[in-house]
Parts: sequence; structure tokens; C-alpha cells
Amino acid sequence: MEQVGQRKIDGLWLMVVGIAVLFFLILPTLIVIPMSFSGASFLEFPPTSFSFRWYETYFTSPEWMSATKTSLIAAVLTTAIATPLGSLCAYGLHCSTPRIRSTAQILVIMPIVVPVILIAVGVFSLYAKLGLNYTLTGIVIAHTALALPFVIVTVMSGLQNYDFDQELAARSLGASRAYALWTVTVPQVKFSIQTGAFLAFITSLDEVVISMLVSGGENATITRRMFNSLRDQLDPTIAAISTCLIVVSVGMLIGVQLIGRSKNADK
Amino acid sequence: MSVAELNGAAQTLQNASTLKSEERRESLTFLGLSMPAVLAILIVVFLPIFWLSSLSFYNAAGELSMENYARIFESALYRRTFVVTFQITIAVTVICVLLGYPLCYWLTKVPDRTAAILMVFVLVPFWTSVLVRTYAWLVLLQRNGVINSSLMKLGVIQEPLQLAHNLTGSIIGMVHIMLPFLVLPLYATMRGVDTDLVRAAVGLGSSPRGAFWRVFFPMSLPGLFAGIVLVFILSLGFFVTPALLGGGKVQMLAQRIESTITVYSNWGAASALGVVLLLLALAMIWLMNRVFGLDKLFMR
Amino acid sequence: MSSANQSLPIDISSLSKAYGAVKALDDVSLNIAAGEFLTLLGPSGSGKTTLLMALAGFVRPDGGSIRFGDREMIATPPHKRGLGMVFQSYALFPFMTVAENVAYPLKIRGVSKSDQKTRAERALDTVQLGGYGDRRITQMSGGQRQRVALARAMVFEPQIILMDEPLSALDKKLREHMQIELKALHQKLDATVVYVTHDQREALTMSDRIAVVNHGRIEQVETPERLYRQPHSFFVADFVGESMSAPVKVANDRAHLGESVLKSDLPIAQGSGGHRLVIRPELLEVTSGAVPETANDLSGRVNDIIYQGDSVLVIVQNDNAGEINVRVPANRAGQTGLPSKGEQIGLALHPEDTIIVPEHVS
Repeated sequence: MEQVGQRKIDGLWLMVVGIAVLFFLILPTLIVIPMSFSGASFLEFPPTSFSFRWYETYFTSPEWMSATKTSLIAAVLTTAIATPLGSLCAYGLHCSTPRIRSTAQILVIMPIVVPVILIAVGVFSLYAKLGLNYTLTGIVIAHTALALPFVIVTVMSGLQNYDFDQELAARSLGASRAYALWTVTVPQVKFSIQTGAFLAFITSLDEVVISMLVSGGENATITRRMFNSLRDQLDPTIAAISTCLIVVSVGMLIGVQLIGRSKNADK
Repeated sequence: MSVAELNGAAQTLQNASTLKSEERRESLTFLGLSMPAVLAILIVVFLPIFWLSSLSFYNAAGELSMENYARIFESALYRRTFVVTFQITIAVTVICVLLGYPLCYWLTKVPDRTAAILMVFVLVPFWTSVLVRTYAWLVLLQRNGVINSSLMKLGVIQEPLQLAHNLTGSIIGMVHIMLPFLVLPLYATMRGVDTDLVRAAVGLGSSPRGAFWRVFFPMSLPGLFAGIVLVFILSLGFFVTPALLGGGKVQMLAQRIESTITVYSNWGAASALGVVLLLLALAMIWLMNRVFGLDKLFMR
Repeated sequence: MSSANQSLPIDISSLSKAYGAVKALDDVSLNIAAGEFLTLLGPSGSGKTTLLMALAGFVRPDGGSIRFGDREMIATPPHKRGLGMVFQSYALFPFMTVAENVAYPLKIRGVSKSDQKTRAERALDTVQLGGYGDRRITQMSGGQRQRVALARAMVFEPQIILMDEPLSALDKKLREHMQIELKALHQKLDATVVYVTHDQREALTMSDRIAVVNHGRIEQVETPERLYRQPHSFFVADFVGESMSAPVKVANDRAHLGESVLKSDLPIAQGSGGHRLVIRPELLEVTSGAVPETANDLSGRVNDIIYQGDSVLVIVQNDNAGEINVRVPANRAGQTGLPSKGEQIGLALHPEDTIIVPEHVS
């Protein structure tokens, strides 16, 4: 009896801690959403009045709009470059000998685990020589290198779960390797490629440290402007921008999940 | 040997060399497919870091010397940076374990569907920009922020607490950023633990607590370890949150490197700091690879 | 199907492939006649699948020659070899319908849309799946998937069809049914079939000839009956069919089991590692009286009797050969009455059934 009581208390205690930690994780993430609709000219919570004024400030500010445009273009270009390059690399490594593969895997994973500040400073000094600082090209190149590991890792795990005999079957039936890859393998690792593309997009859109150093002037990214703004003061406009960023990330996350689910329903 | 046999032998020899060159061509094709991505990473990530590292071995006069390193270890300012960096990193890692482990364990106890829904609470912050979350914490923790005003309204405190722009704020914010990195690998490992074993241990007379410590906990260790290393590496070089929530008073390694370059333009010192940070990170990665296997990241 | 295409013979000579120190193919030579159904039989890791994959072009040998007809194929990429291939996992494309799967090779060959449709339908009819074209692969059972894979591999009328353990994922009953069906299908198609299996019974049932593969080498190539009755090595005798064996001494073309000389009509193959007498349980005759002079005497005491439904297994202890299993058909056993445990019975092994093989082929 004593043990059963003990177990119940343990279970209760566990649940309380679990729920508390979940709230700790989610609440601060979501608190900016109500604040972005506040009518007050300073930060207050809970908001006492409702307005779209901070959205208006955001969407009518040429600086913020230009930064948003830079960030979106950079994210789209990064995705457009990193997704095919990363997918091809994943396929190439998947078909390579185990020795080449394991060496390349460690190399490819490095951008995720090496402190970003080092990459940022390194890229900054490299760009200083090449005249790429403060250019869109510079941002896209750096973000592509950061995004590639995510694409490669997701596509490789997709390939590992895929019955490779299908590609062999297609080739035995007369398809060249490229045609088999395109008509049989790609449709089946499509979900992994989409997930990789999503990760590439978010990596670029949310990237702060490299953007802080190598973007600027006309080509300042939204994260660079937000970071500088937050260093000085707590502008409620940031709440509106943050809400937009949350909507974009979570919206894409849901989108990818839905695609994944409909694909699984197919199977 | 007949003529036909000789022809056959010649054909076989020729085939062998054709096959050799075909094989070379094929492995080059695969390498070629991987090359653009690998080169991009080499040029953007590795090349600048190596070049930067080389700078640390030259003094201001451009001569080979260890001056920069000597300065790092002699200067009280740099020494404090290292101490603060480790303090924060260790504190963040420990708090993440204390919060993350019970959460993951609880998630394994609730029904699968519920757990999947509750994981959204982990994934949404994970996918939300670090800047956005740091901003939220600034709003919550500042002098007249949500937490202080609520506590004062409730009469718990008379004066606002100093929560932001200091070590406390940095640690709270970083724990929030890092927690998902601990939870995700840990939860994945815990889900793989065979609960029948735990039940068997209880059936064999272990108390539930005894069974937890003797059976479940050891089996969750690989995931816990992966999470700890991940959190430790990322915290060690973390920039955004301490820079904003520390309010300039908390200087971790990453910020010191940034300010050494942008404020003082002292590339030698900055790169020496960078080399130290890199070595620390690589040591952790090496450890992770030894114990956990980096290639596991590629399996899902 | 149409016989516009003539099936092709396959000539394999001196084919070799090493993975590190392991020789997956060790100087393999094999001639397969046009239109033949040849099975590569061997345990897992014997190299049979490597050989098939080398024929398909997915394994690159280190050297040797592969000819289809008079064309050297060794360096030809898989898609230009014109083979049909059926995989163990079927390797059907799950995001396409049954008809799209079957039409895939036709689409690649630029066949018109309407021809694709009629030919795919005809191929599905051949494997008794007419009308299933619009189904999704996921809606098909294991046996049906097997047939789809078959239809896809033959729809473009290849001259050679390769099959890699195509029936191993099916349950026993369905597998036996499909064996008969595949054999019948082979007679309809004008194609050379190379079939890989580790199931000796399947190989015996289906093949024109069987090549037994072991350690990357071909131990013996024979028709099923001759392979069973005249194995060249102990490995083949042991792998194909049920058997017991006892070591024998061979001198001057005569084999000695203990003190007695074995009478055998079959030639004794040369090899190394000594010789063994191979005894198949169903080839022994239980004699009511003494064993006739013309046969080899393996008489002994009954150790055990095991009822197995279709037959009865009598386990006999012989002084020279050790324990011998004798299979007695259940019906005859029922008529004549079985020996009882401990009883001394006469066992005759006739000269035409006396198989003596070397431990290893030279």
C-alpha cells in the first residue's frame, strides 16, 4: 500500500514539473503575440487597449520593409541553392563507399556544431578581401553554407529509409541513372527534400550572427535590424515583427507536417 | 593455347582495364555530385576559420609569436570572460537537465497521442527565431516588465527585481533557447527504452523507484549525454541571448570575440580567443563522436 | 507473348569480384543456353546474388567476360542491357498505380500512350491480374505484388529475365503455387531466365538446370534430377535434398565403408579432403529378410520411429555408417507393419543409389 501511495505522489510530482516546464517553453514564445496588438506606446502586459498601430509602423517603415525584403530574398535564394546542392550531395554520399561517406559526414556536420561567431568572423574577413560584405550575394553564400548540413542530413535519412532496390529496378527496366533518380527516387524522398528546404529557409531567415557582421546598409537583414534595435530600446514594433516571424515559422512547420501526413496517408 | 583461347584471354584483360576505369569514373561521378556542397562548406566555413586561426600566431608587428595567447591568459579581463563563459554554460546545462529530464520522463508516461500534442510545446519554441524569444524574455524580465509588475501587484515584492541585463537574465533566456536541444534527443532515446524491462524489474521485486534508477535511467543515458553535449557546445559559443539579456555586463567568449574585432579591431587577440573556443568545441564534438557517434545524426 | 524477340544465350567466363579479402566471385564460368531456365542455388553469402547483380550490371566485376549472344556486356550500364529483373523486395514504385508500374519500361522506350495501355493490360492478363491496373500498390497483397513485379519485368519482352529470390517473401502454400505458375509462364515467354534462390526444393521444382554456388565458385551445373542423384561434391549432396553421410576410404576407384567394399554404379568424382558416402533416406530399402548380394548392406538396430504424416522416419543404428534415417511411405508402412524399437532390420542401398563424393571439388 505504501508503495502505491508513493508511486502516486511520484507521478503527481512528475506531472506538475512536466506541465510547468512546458509552460516555461511555450508562454514566452507566445507572449509577444498579444503585445503586438497593444494600443499603448510602451510595453505593457496584459495590453489594456487593442490596435494595429505597431503593424502599421512596421509595414509603413521603409527601413523595416527593405530589411524584410532583403531577408526574404536571401532566404528564398538560400533555399533555392542549398536544397538542390544538398540533395545531390546526400545522394552522392549515399552511393559512395562507406569510407568516403563517413569522412564527408563529419565534415558536412561541422557548420552546425562549430560556434557561429567563428564562422561569422571568418566569413567577415574573407568577404572584406572579396568585397562581399554588405551584399546580398555575400549573405546568400554564407547562409547556404549554414543551411546545407540541414538539407544533407534530412535527405540522407530519407534515402536511408527508402528501398534503394526501386532505383535499381528502374534502371534494369531501361532507365538511365539520372532518369531513375528523377522519376523514382526523387518522388519518394520528396518529403525529406521539402523538410530540408524548410530548414534551409528558416535557417536563413532566423540567422543573426553572420547577418550582424556581413549584412548592412541597403542589404541589412531583418534580424540585424532587430538585433540593433533591441540593443538600444524595447520598441513595440519588434512585437509585431516577431509575431510575423512566428507565423511564418509555425505556418511552414504546420505546412510541412500536413504534406508529410497526406503522404503517409497515401502509403 | 588455341587462337580462340588467346582471343578470349585478350578480351578478358581488356575487360578488366575497362572495368577499372568505369569504376573510377563512377566514384568520381558520386564525388562530383557531393562536391559543390562540400566545397561550399569548405570555403565558407573551414577556409576562413583556418586563416583566422593563423592570425593568432602573429603579433602586432607581424612576427610569429605566441603574444596573443600569453595576453589571453594574463589579462584579468580575458580570464574573467572565460570564467563567466564556463559559469553560464555549466549553469545552463545543469538547469536544462533538471528541467528537461523530468519533462521527457513524464512524456513517456502519458499516452502517445497526448505526448505528440505536448511535443508541440517543445517544437514551436524550437522553430521560433532566437531573437523573437530573447525579445520576449526582455519584455518579461525588465524592470517594469511582466514578471516584476505582477509580483509587485501581488505584493510579493516592493522593489522591482533586477532580472534582465545581468547574469540571471542571460541564464534564464539561454535555458529557454537550449532546452529543446536537450529534450529532443533525450525524448527520442527514452521512447526507445523497452518499458517491459522496467516492468520486469518491478515484477522481480524492485521498487518502482529502484527500477527507475537501476533500469530506466541507465538506458536513457545515451540520449541524455547527447543532449548535454549539444547544449554545452551551443552555449559555449552562444552570442545573441547573452548579448541582449546580459545588457553589456555579461561578456561571454563569443561577445568578447565580436567586440575585440568591431570595437578594438584587434584581430590577433580575437583570433586567439577564437582558436581557444574552437578547440573547446572540437574537444566536445570529439567526445560526442566517441560516446554517441556523430553519424547517428544521419539516422532517423 | 510475341516471339519477335529471340531469347539469348549467356556466356560467363572467368568472372571475378573481390570485396577486400573476400572473393564473392572466384573465376566463375557458366554457359546458359537460349531459352533456358537456370537457377543459381546456394546458401546466403555464397555469391549467387553477386553473380546475378553482375549480370544485371549493378555489381561491377574485377574482371572476366559476360556475353549476351555475341555482345560483350561487362561494361554496359544496366539500362542498356535490355534485361527484365524481378527483385526480392519486388521494388514496385509505391506512388504509381499497378498499370503505371507495368507501363514504366514502355514509357522509357517511347512507346505511345495507347500502346502502353494495351501492352500493360496484356502483361497483367498474363499474370492473371487483368482489371487490377488502377489499383494502388498498397492495395495489393504480397502475392499480387509479386505478379505485378513479374508483369513489369516482362512487358517489354526482354530476351533475358533475372529473378532474385522473387518468392521468398510469400508463405509456403502461395510460394509452391507460384513456382508452378512461373514455370508455366517461362514456357510461354521466349526468354532466358536466371533465377536465384537458396531453397533447393524450389530450384529442383522449377529449373532446366541448376548451378550450385558456394564460396564464390560454381560447384556443379546439372539438370535437377542428375544433380540430385549424382552430386559431384559433398557440399552439393548435402545442400540439395535430405541426406546423411559417412566417411569412406577410396583406393583404386573402390570405396570402403569399414571392412566392406561399396558397390556403386556411379562414378566417383575426384577431389580433396577424403570421400563420403551419401545416403538419401528415401532411397534405402527395408528388406524383410537378408539384404541381397547385389546391394550394399546397411542393416542395423532401430533406434526410434517418428511419424511425419506423409511418411514415417525410421532411425537405424549401423555399425559402420552410424545413425541412418530411412524414410518409409506412410501407406506402405501401414500395410506391411513397421519395425519396432530395438528390432534388428535389413537395409539395402542399391548400387545405382550409392553416391560417393569427395569432401571438396578440386
